[in-house]
Amino acid sequence: MNSVPTAAPRKILSALFVGACALSVALALVPLAFIMFFVVSQGIQSLNLDFFIHDPRPVGEPGGGMRNAIVGTLMLTGLAAAIAVPIGVVSGVYLSEYRGTRFASAVRFAADTLNGVPSIVIGVFAYGVAVLPFRHFSMLAGGLALGIMMIPLIARTTEELLLLVPNALREGALALGATRAKAVMTVLVPAALPGIITGVVLALARVAGETAPLLFTSFGNPFLSTSLTQPVSSITVQVFTYAISPYEDWHRQAWAGALVLVSIVLICSVAARLATNRVARIRGH
Amino acid sequence: MRSRDLGFRLVIGVFAAALLLIVTAIGFELARQSWLSIQKFGFEFWRTSTWDPVAGEFGALPFIWGTLYSSILALVIATPVALGIAVFVSELCPPVLRSPLIFLTELLAAIPSIVYGLWGIFVLVPFVRLLETWTPEALRALPLFSGPPLGVGMLAAGLVLAVMVVPFTSAVAREVLKTVPTTQREAAYALGATRFEAIRAAMFYARTGIVGAIMLGFGRALGETMAVTMVIGNNPQVSLSLFAPQYTMSAVIANEFTEATDELYLSALVEIGLVLFIITLLVNGLSRALIWTMARRVPSKVTA
Repeated sequence: MNSVPTAAPRKILSALFVGACALSVALALVPLAFIMFFVVSQGIQSLNLDFFIHDPRPVGEPGGGMRNAIVGTLMLTGLAAAIAVPIGVVSGVYLSEYRGTRFASAVRFAADTLNGVPSIVIGVFAYGVAVLPFRHFSMLAGGLALGIMMIPLIARTTEELLLLVPNALREGALALGATRAKAVMTVLVPAALPGIITGVVLALARVAGETAPLLFTSFGNPFLSTSLTQPVSSITVQVFTYAISPYEDWHRQAWAGALVLVSIVLICSVAARLATNRVARIRGH
Repeated sequence: MRSRDLGFRLVIGVFAAALLLIVTAIGFELARQSWLSIQKFGFEFWRTSTWDPVAGEFGALPFIWGTLYSSILALVIATPVALGIAVFVSELCPPVLRSPLIFLTELLAAIPSIVYGLWGIFVLVPFVRLLETWTPEALRALPLFSGPPLGVGMLAAGLVLAVMVVPFTSAVAREVLKTVPTTQREAAYALGATRFEAIRAAMFYARTGIVGAIMLGFGRALGETMAVTMVIGNNPQVSLSLFAPQYTMSAVIANEFTEATDELYLSALVEIGLVLFIITLLVNGLSRALIWTMARRVPSKVTA
């Protein structure tokens, strides 16, 4: 092939660049593989039925599990969802229905701002409003902190998904004489519902893995507790406590807890991905 | 507008207003709780390094130093990798690989911080210690590599943070690259550009958004708590050394908040939280502004 004399070094440079890009992908996948490998190989050794049905035992005693923390995490995330789903979904509806307005821009800005606030700062805030006035840690405070983190995630997902609903559907409903409220509730939201649910599931998975906002809100509890006003354990805080402890036994439990957390995240992401693909296929994209 | 519709708008508007309220309330509450410390120490709080809760002396310089140092270190490590991934996924890789690769990088973002921390303590830190022991004596004489090889410290924190930041930066950079018109690349190729030169042109076109993507990663790194707390060594000192155990703003809040029994101590910790809140607000706001400027035509695709 004829080429200008300067072509060779340029081609080499280009090939090097392509190689470097491929290498960066490998560089990012190596830690992922390592983390997965260690979490699964270490976690699986201590993951048994006891882990799910027993509360922690004192150091040195065999057996014992994280029942208290598993129940705690389920209740905390449930509470967070109860706070965040109504506010998040309805705000999302506002953002998409009245998207051109000043107020919508302000709310969108607030949502993005809140999304960027470090989770530890949200913990400090929840401590100030839900722990300090009552003088003790509680599940309610923890759920509030996680709920605040979920709201912007759900609001923005809802907004985006409602915007994907074909405008003809909205116009059709309005043309038939439906009020705005009726059009939203009977046509638009149902059309976007699978996606909204996916968004909620992903938001739940994300807050279920949060530790920092729980350290001084829901705190921790070595015993099973289902009271809203009492401190409650969570998988993440328990893993933290165990990880920085000097005991081998607890380290093993921490790995098992990490495996549970990663499984939750993995299952949610895969489920969400499958759901989104299905929706995309139905829509014919 | 029909009155029924106005009512609907008002009702859902109240819910939407909750978001504004929460953000304002966070700022207000943090300012209120830290007032005692702000009044007592003023700006000295950020210029002194003595952190002695028993004596009631609080200087937060080591924490802000540790936060900035670890985040910048993470950025230096993560940015080339994240941009490489973004370019590879959006410009170079075979279409069959694209979706699985995106999924895997997203997974990296979805792994909880505490799991990174656990892995950091038991896998990364021993590895970093090994690296530190292997470092030749000549290098160890430099301030950047001084101190005993502990494993825990700035280097471990920077590495963990880098891994955690990569998926964020690369996802936004990918979306930004998508907004570059195809004509830009076609024009480059038509002029005889190699792949590298065409992509360089596209990246130059998207530079504002790419800077935004990098800043977004920075914002994430600044606020990251658990993983850093577990590997940085938690020693309040201002040191240039990558090997030295240091401390960050988020880590000191995580470790000491429940122990802060007297009012001034708690107030000092909340003030650290307040400043962290303000810094991340500014960094994220700036990064979003940059991304928006770049991607104004497809705003819903790029959310910061």
